[in-house]
Amino acid sequence: MPLEWYVAIRFLREGRMQTLLIVAGAAIGVAVMLFLSALMGGLAESLIAQTLGTQAHIVVRPVVEAARPQRTSTRDTLVMPRVERTAQRVRSIVGWQQVMRDVERAPGVVSVSPTVSGPVFAQRGDASKSVILLGIDPERFARIYPIRARLREGVYRPVGDSCVIGTELASDLGVSVGDKVRLSVVDGASDVFTVAGLFDLGNREVNRRWVLVSMRSAQTLLDLVGGVSAIDVTVDDVFAATTIAESLSARTGLVADSWMQTNAQLMVGLRSQSSSSNLIQVFVVLAVAMGIASVLIVSVVQKGKEIGILRAMGTSRRSVLVVFLLQGGIVGLLGSIVGVGLGMGLSVFFASLAVAADGSPLFPVHVSLALIARCTVVAVSTGLLSAVLPARRAARLDPAVAIRNG
Amino acid sequence: MADATAAERDAPVLVLEGVHKSYGTTVITEVLRGIDLRVIPGELTAVTGPSGSGKSTMLNLIGLLDRPTSGKVFVAGEEATALDDAGLTRLRGTKIGFVFQFHHLLPGFSALENVMMPMTIASGRPRPWMHDKALALLDKVGLADRADARPSELSGGQQQRVAIARALAMDAPLILADEPTGNLDTETAGRVFELMRELNRTTRQAFVVVTHDPRLAERCDRVVRVVDGRIVSDGPPNGAAHG
Repeated sequence: MPLEWYVAIRFLREGRMQTLLIVAGAAIGVAVMLFLSALMGGLAESLIAQTLGTQAHIVVRPVVEAARPQRTSTRDTLVMPRVERTAQRVRSIVGWQQVMRDVERAPGVVSVSPTVSGPVFAQRGDASKSVILLGIDPERFARIYPIRARLREGVYRPVGDSCVIGTELASDLGVSVGDKVRLSVVDGASDVFTVAGLFDLGNREVNRRWVLVSMRSAQTLLDLVGGVSAIDVTVDDVFAATTIAESLSARTGLVADSWMQTNAQLMVGLRSQSSSSNLIQVFVVLAVAMGIASVLIVSVVQKGKEIGILRAMGTSRRSVLVVFLLQGGIVGLLGSIVGVGLGMGLSVFFASLAVAADGSPLFPVHVSLALIARCTVVAVSTGLLSAVLPARRAARLDPAVAIRNG
Repeated sequence: MADATAAERDAPVLVLEGVHKSYGTTVITEVLRGIDLRVIPGELTAVTGPSGSGKSTMLNLIGLLDRPTSGKVFVAGEEATALDDAGLTRLRGTKIGFVFQFHHLLPGFSALENVMMPMTIASGRPRPWMHDKALALLDKVGLADRADARPSELSGGQQQRVAIARALAMDAPLILADEPTGNLDTETAGRVFELMRELNRTTRQAFVVVTHDPRLAERCDRVVRVVDGRIVSDGPPNGAAHG
């Protein structure tokens, strides 16, 4: 064992109670850091999972129609300065098959699903509900939404004259699997569909509004024969969705909105939550750093004589510096080992408290290896950095003075 | 050839040439006012003098714990005053052994580990051979059976004997002792001094001992008396210690 490690470990063992207290302080800091990160991470993960359970990561759609002001050709003078906003209608993406292939080949894209969507009325008997008709390719759609796993009744088979609807809508219309529902567009076109299955995507609004049918049926009803109104996309990194959406938009010339843009408020909420958690962690790290630094400064004063003797016997200033830096690092490392255990225990305990009515955890509080590694690196670095001041002080000690005054 | 060997053998291990030491910037206190001293191997030299005469300052300069304001210090033929801090640390670690008044053992280490420490420092890490050498040194000072004891478990005399063993660990040609018996009762002090005397005879290491005790000074080969920062007498004991 190198001299510096040998002396540092002995110094720590010698001041057993001090070491114990300082390690406990670091451990509590690490535990708080780990628990907060795991909790906030789990919460964010759960919120995002819930959001993305009923949303594609990116939706590619036609450019919004907008009237342009008329200008003279020679001078840039407005001739008709008043511009009325254009009413948006269901339009198809021009050459959508080619666009879909392009999008599918784009880096980061995992799967794509074309949809034909538009507003219709779902009627059964006297009940009439305004819903969104989604014409889909069942296989592709199932790769984007966890529809198969969330099917509560019947089968997932939106083909021919079958449709799959949400549990809420089924309850509103009073239908169940095998019953008929009429879907009508405002301009009069309508068709009758048989309910093949009921889904529960965990979002009441979606369960109340979505009606899944085959693409062909939707195209006919919405008068969009051969076209699709949007392409849903999933990507490998959900947080890169905006960047990928921008590149898709540039690639296709269409509008591409990421889930982060669509849920800007959720993102602001998550960011604020993460910022406040980070701020708390910064203060915890500062408190731990000050604790370690103050104990080590006291230790330098207490061990002045010993440092003087070591210097008199030929120990270099650099070695004395390293001895104290190591003490800080070792305290940080021990603190992180104990703290990780403590933090994990706390996380498990908390997860066992926050449970849903059926006993399943409300949100995952899981401690990843990356999080443990991050906490350990932060703790050891904090230990080392807090030891800089005491270590420099120890290294600067004049051996003659230290021995005389020690 | 034989002359060269003899000359080498008798080459001084310590030379002070016109050493001055002052403290302070506005009010300057001159503690040493031109010290010249040569110590040859095997010599047991006592440095005596009243309190405040500059003995300890002189010992700090000899021990390379401090630098003179002017003059030169040579240790084992190397001019210490020309070295930087790292050079001084190296020279101190390899050529000088220290015995302090209050033993100054490291409390967190056993007697054996304390004796091993100068070797550990020089080598950069503890090694198995150091254990045997340290044990042999403890045996030499009669403490082999207390090798594993912590300093707090040893008596004052035992602690000072461990400190002597530690000073000998590097086979340094120069051993400095600052009031090595100042903290011991008369009987123990006598025994500790006798041990140093005996080691000095067998190892031919030069000992420079700062002491207030005229009886100890009488038992040295040479007594250097310092008064007001100057050497006022230097020679064999014969009452010189009493000045």
